Amino acid sequence: MNRLILWFNKTGSPPNFDRFAARWTPWAFAVAFATMAIGVYGALYSVPADYQQGESFRILYIHVPAAWMSLFVFVVMAIQSVIALVWRIKICELLAMACAPVGAAFTLITLLTGSIWGKPTWGTWWTWDPRLTSELVLLFLYVGVMGLYAAIEDRRAAARAAAFLALVGVVNVPIVHFAVNWWNTLHQGSTIRLLGPSKMDASMMWPLLFTVIASKAWFIGSLLQRARAMNLEQESAKDWAREAAGEDA
Amino acid sequence: MNAPSLLALAKAQAGRDLRLVWRRRGDALQPLMFALMVVALFPLALGAEPGKLAKIAPGVLWVAVLLSGLLTLDNLFRSDLEDGSLEQLLLSRAPLAWLIAVRVGVHWTVTSLPLLVATPLLAELLALPHDLLGPLLASLALGTPLLSLIGAVVAALTVGIRRSGMLLAVLALPLYVPVLVFGAGAVAAASQGLPWLGAIYLLGAGLALALVLAPLAAATALRIALT
Repeated sequence: MNRLILWFNKTGSPPNFDRFAARWTPWAFAVAFATMAIGVYGALYSVPADYQQGESFRILYIHVPAAWMSLFVFVVMAIQSVIALVWRIKICELLAMACAPVGAAFTLITLLTGSIWGKPTWGTWWTWDPRLTSELVLLFLYVGVMGLYAAIEDRRAAARAAAFLALVGVVNVPIVHFAVNWWNTLHQGSTIRLLGPSKMDASMMWPLLFTVIASKAWFIGSLLQRARAMNLEQESAKDWAREAAGEDA
Repeated sequence: MNAPSLLALAKAQAGRDLRLVWRRRGDALQPLMFALMVVALFPLALGAEPGKLAKIAPGVLWVAVLLSGLLTLDNLFRSDLEDGSLEQLLLSRAPLAWLIAVRVGVHWTVTSLPLLVATPLLAELLALPHDLLGPLLASLALGTPLLSLIGAVVAALTVGIRRSGMLLAVLALPLYVPVLVFGAGAVAAASQGLPWLGAIYLLGAGLALALVLAPLAAATALRIALT
């Protein structure tokens, strides 16, 4: 057998996954904390203030990585869902479901930092800009996946149903984005626009790189930690799971 | 044993579903009553100025129709699950997606078609300008089957859950957003004298796509929910 497929199948078994997650979670969090510390230091102290927005632009270093992650996590969740539905790999069901709360948190951070940033720069907490609207719908989709997963008794059936919903959602996201774009150009209301990544100076760029890496590493650590806990809970009748959870068998 | 043709299957299924509705024909009026009440709430809440009402009328009518459709979704598979005939549908040799398509068609005819017929009346209550009635009816005629088809997927996913009313709404509404945007948007565009056929075409394209894909997705979802 191909070495990669062998590794994949081995890690897919619950006890092996537990060991794998236990080994890599601290590393992921360590990388996340280190890069986040450097990135936040750069964002708050070393980078000069923006000539137009002054100090308020510094929230960008949290806002932009969170916004990228909110979409990225949804795609990861959808990919895991496909694997879970087609090949019925238990671990992938757990990983897909572990994605949902993390992604929802990133989406919420994006919306909150966005409106905190919006108040001084646009003069309003909220505007029905297409990007804001699609981000809000994205949050609803995450909440739907989590709600469906929580509502069904049988854990594996719940994971499969919620995974299917995640797939429907991933088709929906681009359609929603297109629809609200169309809708806003129709109304021609405010001309307020997000700043966009246009022509950012290199001296302002580097902390963003660090916070982007930090958000990715945080996601990996959080995902593994959550999936591991869910995995142990589902396998709690087995001896290895009791041992791994530090319980006397 | 010969398998019955698809058409005969559709006939049998539609006949059964229609007969069930006819036996409880009082219930069939409820979506209409609900939409009427939602529409009546807006003048009560906002004041009865015809100018103001006419401005919000397209959006309010669309939302009223959407919400009343949402409330009927739960019935789509629920009673069949309770009396066990849903399992028979799953076990039958007929393609499940086809049976679901017929079921959704009947459901739309019973719940949304009366609303469509009553739309001129509801529009009059909100003082919608008469030249907007055409765009409104066109957008509703294409939009409501689309809502039913998308809703069927979500209803199939939640069929195993006992008290699913609120969850069903939370799951379905984000998926309804594009339909609402294009449906209500077409009427809003027409009211500003802008070209509105584009949104109608997009709704039509969405409907064509959903007619093919949604029954298949709903069939998959039912299998997931009931195994």
